[in-house]
Amino acid sequence: MKTWTALGVCLLGLVATGAQAQTIYPLTRAEILAGSKFDFKVEFPGAPAQGAVKITINGQDPASVLGQSAKFVEKEDGGDHSAYWIRGAQIAKPGAYTVEASLGDKKATVQWEVFGTPERKAKNVVLFIGDGLSVAHRTAARMLSKGITEGRYNGELAMDDMPHMALVSTSGTDAIVTDSANAMSAYTTGHKSCVNALGVYCAKNKSTLDHPKVETIGELAKRRNGGMAVGVVTNSEIEDATPAGMVAHTRRRADYNDIVKMFHDVKPDVIMGGGSPNFLAKSTPGSKRTDDEDYIKKFEADGYKFVSTKQEMQAAAQAGSSKVLGLFNTSNIDGALDLKILKKGTVSKFPDQPDLVEQTKVALDVLSKNQNGFVLMVESARIDKYSHSLDSERAIYDTIMLDNAIKVAKDFAAKKEDTLIIVVGDHAHGVSIVGTYDDETPGNQLRDKLGIYADSKFPNYPAPNAEGYPEKVDVSRRLAMLFTAYPDYCETGRPYMNGENVPTVKAADGKTYVANEEYCKEPLAARRTGNLPLESNSGVHTADDLVLTAMGPGSEQFKARMENTRVFRVMATALGLGAGQ
Amino acid sequence: MLTRRRFSIGAVLALLSRPAKAAEWIAFDTLYKSFGVRGFEFSDRIVALKGQEVTLTGYMAPPLRAESTFFVLTREPLAICPFCQSDADWPVDIVVIHLKAETPLVSAGAKIAVSGRLEVGSSTDPDSGFVSQIRIVDASYRRV
Ligand SMILES: [Zn+2]
Repeated sequence: MKTWTALGVCLLGLVATGAQAQTIYPLTRAEILAGSKFDFKVEFPGAPAQGAVKITINGQDPASVLGQSAKFVEKEDGGDHSAYWIRGAQIAKPGAYTVEASLGDKKATVQWEVFGTPERKAKNVVLFIGDGLSVAHRTAARMLSKGITEGRYNGELAMDDMPHMALVSTSGTDAIVTDSANAMSAYTTGHKSCVNALGVYCAKNKSTLDHPKVETIGELAKRRNGGMAVGVVTNSEIEDATPAGMVAHTRRRADYNDIVKMFHDVKPDVIMGGGSPNFLAKSTPGSKRTDDEDYIKKFEADGYKFVSTKQEMQAAAQAGSSKVLGLFNTSNIDGALDLKILKKGTVSKFPDQPDLVEQTKVALDVLSKNQNGFVLMVESARIDKYSHSLDSERAIYDTIMLDNAIKVAKDFAAKKEDTLIIVVGDHAHGVSIVGTYDDETPGNQLRDKLGIYADSKFPNYPAPNAEGYPEKVDVSRRLAMLFTAYPDYCETGRPYMNGENVPTVKAADGKTYVANEEYCKEPLAARRTGNLPLESNSGVHTADDLVLTAMGPGSEQFKARMENTRVFRVMATALGLGAGQ
Repeated sequence: MLTRRRFSIGAVLALLSRPAKAAEWIAFDTLYKSFGVRGFEFSDRIVALKGQEVTLTGYMAPPLRAESTFFVLTREPLAICPFCQSDADWPVDIVVIHLKAETPLVSAGAKIAVSGRLEVGSSTDPDSGFVSQIRIVDASYRRV
């Protein structure tokens, strides 16, 4: 702990010790795409007056380096700090930049690398995010959708059959374990930030919308290369952290209504997911807005074809629409196991939802009309959500669905080989395949049924159907994909046939969570004493590195271990999004 | 469909045939007749019961303030919601309860039956800015 503090101080180049020093955003070691927009902010503790501070970039006045005028805010938001701001800054010239901020005898220093991009290599980028996609999800998806005989898999996943691979680290500026907002923000902006933040550094601002912004790849693609097309496709609510990361700037991912406005500001050509209530005026029953804006109407007025079913979506593509807003559920779109096999969840309420594969096909159809190329982000969101709810089977089926969507993009890319395809999680979950549960094994406790080592016999799921899904999931010998971190809950060791697992319910104190007793009644249910804090209601993200696979022009840059921010850099480099074109 | 229709006509007839004294039981399942992506439609029975005394069972959500006359009633106990920090994360079919008198809200997470006057239609709470579609006001509740 001490060592790290010392290293931190050293990196900040602090001359004086003791009181908290000024903070400079972007933070030190930031990699900034040449010509990308960002907000430059320095916070001075003790709320000094403007005359008491001095700021330079490579020894020069920041305003002249960053091309915008500065503003000094004494006692910002009434707090005990003053702020120096240059909003909408840009640096066109690649190179090393040293920023110094002095207040009396206290000086803070940060280093930035501004990177340019060589000639454009890729026309298009498709970024596949398996939310929470960890190694065990990939392994399990391969076992169920390809089968395994005598220790050898009977086929490859589309995501595995790619020439380049890297280990990706996901920690944020504030903590070793991060969330989907900060994780996605690293991919879409190239800057690390903190939990809950999208497209901003986490400064002292009171309003969640005022923090120092950094430009997203969605915004960059729209204004560079003559105006590329942008697609955002998910099966979560479209306002959720991962899709929002393509367009949003907020310290708080829960700002759903603001995020809808940000989608409308950036105008990705394809926007597809769930989460319609935040698009509806508050006077409409079912709305979650707090104003009278009807964003479906606004998008329609801007030339978007609005679709709410699979049939409408496919018709829009056939009719040649160039802009599509698809909202297929009031909440998340149902996952593959419910959508295709069990018909649980909200399938009866929303009987014609597309799956991620059909969404991806339509998105590629629509976006590829733009001669300037496109950036498409496709997220299989519920791998994470089902891992939170300790629902292994649903997480595995949604990994198979992700793989099917990747196959669609690979087929698209094979025609011209001008598309960079990247597949990666955004953060890990603590999941591991420990063995198999076998109903035939004698014993009257769940743990008696768990086969480990030589007893972890191959599971007996039926051969997968044409889409790669085994049509029976509650088989007698099934994968034991277990979770390393959990609240108090009852483990049944079986798939949840009646709907997603709800492991906990809120306790009477309104703060902590207790086991959902519904599952404790099931035969062989094992009561687990949680190892997480009592406030936790579900499984949690972990700091484990992720496996990234990639193919197409620019993918050779993925190798060894990389910070998650490098995914942005590889995409920006492949597309030539830097200044000076 | 048929069952619901017969049920709602029955309810209207019941209302017409006698002064509404005993509270009508309503249920989360029958608040809306459709849940579309472009919005919901209130069920005919809920519209007909506007302004009447009703009773609804559900789960008391953890209150926004400890001592209050205002809380949210949900169909299921609130469970998975890793980043529940705003009302944007509430389920869409919540019912807002305004109690007759300020009460310590000790029953969070418990199944309760709420009785009071039914209000239907979009409304924004002046204090909290909370938007609701269905409310039960001048209400009291008991554990069930
Ligand atoms: Zn998560």
